[in-house]
Amino acid sequence: MTGSLASVVDSAEVVVCCGSGGVGKTTTAAVLGIHAARAGRRVVVVTIDPARRLADALGLDDGLTPEPTRVSLTLDRIGGDTVRGVSDDTVDGATADAVGAKNLDDTATGPGELWAMMLDPAHTFDGLVRSHATDPDQVDRILSNGFYRNIAGALSGTQEYMAAETLHALHHDDRFDLVIVDTPPSRNALDFLEAPGVLTRFLDHRVFKLVMLPTRGGLKVIGAATQPILKAMGRVVGSDVLSDAMAFFQAFAGMEGGFRDRAAEVTELIGSDVTRFVVVASPRTDTVVEATWFAQQLAEYGVEVGAVIVNRAHPPFADAPDDADGAGAANASIDAGLLAAAQTNLAELRAIHDAELEALGPLRAAAGSAPLAIVPLLARDVHDMGGLDELRRSLFS
Amino acid sequence: MSENPLQLLTASRIVVVAGKGGVGKTTVTAVIASAACRMGQRVLAVELDGKPQLAAALADTPGVEVLSLSAADALEEYLRDNGFKRIAKRLNSTGVIDVVSTAAPGIDDIVVLGKIKQLERSGDYDLIVVDGPAAGHAVTFLMAAAGLADAVRGGPVRQQADDVLELLGDPERCQCVLVTLPETTPVNEAIDTAFALEDRVGVQLGPVVVNALDAAALRTDGIADPVQLVQALETAANEGKALENGAVLLDAARFRASRVTVQRNELARLRDELPLPCVTLPQRPSAGLSPADVTALADELLAASTPDDRSER
Repeated sequence: MTGSLASVVDSAEVVVCCGSGGVGKTTTAAVLGIHAARAGRRVVVVTIDPARRLADALGLDDGLTPEPTRVSLTLDRIGGDTVRGVSDDTVDGATADAVGAKNLDDTATGPGELWAMMLDPAHTFDGLVRSHATDPDQVDRILSNGFYRNIAGALSGTQEYMAAETLHALHHDDRFDLVIVDTPPSRNALDFLEAPGVLTRFLDHRVFKLVMLPTRGGLKVIGAATQPILKAMGRVVGSDVLSDAMAFFQAFAGMEGGFRDRAAEVTELIGSDVTRFVVVASPRTDTVVEATWFAQQLAEYGVEVGAVIVNRAHPPFADAPDDADGAGAANASIDAGLLAAAQTNLAELRAIHDAELEALGPLRAAAGSAPLAIVPLLARDVHDMGGLDELRRSLFS
Repeated sequence: MSENPLQLLTASRIVVVAGKGGVGKTTVTAVIASAACRMGQRVLAVELDGKPQLAAALADTPGVEVLSLSAADALEEYLRDNGFKRIAKRLNSTGVIDVVSTAAPGIDDIVVLGKIKQLERSGDYDLIVVDGPAAGHAVTFLMAAAGLADAVRGGPVRQQADDVLELLGDPERCQCVLVTLPETTPVNEAIDTAFALEDRVGVQLGPVVVNALDAAALRTDGIADPVQLVQALETAANEGKALENGAVLLDAARFRASRVTVQRNELARLRDELPLPCVTLPQRPSAGLSPADVTALADELLAASTPDDRSER
């Protein structure tokens, strides 16, 4: 038994939020970050392609940047009416009202901090090149190379690679106790797990071995133009493009070792026991299928699923004993049409809730002993720290 | 709406369906294909991600042909057809495709679009519906031809890029249908993508499909509208009228009214900010995409596209 979601997050140094697109990974990452910061930890949340609204909700007027920015945990716009409306019994309305407009830093148990940043893959890649290059000339030759720019900007898997690299760098940054990263939308868990090897695997392609010869100083590009396959490639993509690629390999010679070692360190951190994988899904058959497959892939890779979070589930609307608020003494009967409309509405919402619960079946099974937490769909969209904090309360109560 | 939704959605021979992950691109692709098929059109539905969902969603519409198109296969075929048989053969074993597509980003998109163009030219289909890439990638996907035409000065790839550019610029042959949800972030993204596609690609934009709209959001008449239902329930409660299980009924009505209000506001904002027609598809009570759901949604689309409207154009 892995325990509660809180114990999973509280014992981690790295949390990786993964899942398919549109399930609320970024919001989940932010909410986990708020939880950990309120528990007194110094947290940095790294997001990819964040929606404007998330930066707004975090109070970052200038948006998220590639450098960590401190986020205020103040609930400035919370109001009973704004964030209430969910009849989920896990949300304690009294607490929501009591917190009111207070600064949550006051109520936190320690000097927690929340920081947020946006991943900039190309910028991060440039930094890696700088740190592994032997001299400034090599840096210039690589960074100005068109083929390199394509690798940094467009090679499949580069985003995941740079997310993993950033996670490693922040894990070793003394400012933070916990790094939470939301991964690029993916169907494939291996995209992230194997991301650190993406460049070295790319360099291992036989096509490069055809043109590179090992020499004492590293690899050397030989007679590219004489290779039939390269001649053919040149005719397809244009010879300028191909000579750019060859120039890149020439300039890169000698750096493979450094990249390989670093990739191994990053891979080790991702697989280590300070890292937890949180699979995020929504309560729909299609995303459940994807999340289930994701969890199975993690398991096959020997990585345990830390927790499963299901976002935006319709609340249950369970029958409650009638109380003075709703019924009271029957002194007059209600219009039959009105009653029917109200009952139809309730039945429709319950049908959706039931369908969602049923859809979650396979994911529950795949989660095994890992906690599965359900986040209710709020009556209104989340647009400020109050909304994020309401999600936090429902997730960790 | 003066014109019927299905006609707007299928106004070109190729329809590229695009939208952020999770908005229901595959659903919309399947619904358009299914509805057009039942109108007697010869329809091909194309998916690009290697996902089995599109074929599964169309299981009840056997008339629609489904094709799974991968960049690797399309590139291999393209090279084979263009006098590069030998390298095409060695393509996957050597990983040349990764190298080629890194050397010339967008080449994979071009060969895919080129393949679709070839299918369109074959005359075998009246309509080709493409389950397109996610919103951000839709712009890159459709931009690839312009980018490559700039980077590669001659040769077969340049010719291919020019052909694709011509296709994208012809509204009779190709249009892009954006899919979104009636929520803040998806609507923001649809607006941004629409302007990016307009400015940078020049492809014709078809109607925006607002998927999974709560049917109650369109009810404005009396207590079928959740907002009016809440008011009526509150009035009744104030008058001291009893209601069994009243607290839960009122809670549920308030929740629904609140969600419906969000959806109405987002729909209005979308209509306000984008000068494009909107087509809405109702949320299904099931939590997924079954072939029966696709058929039901296609029925709705066909019902909204009455025969009278169809003769207008």
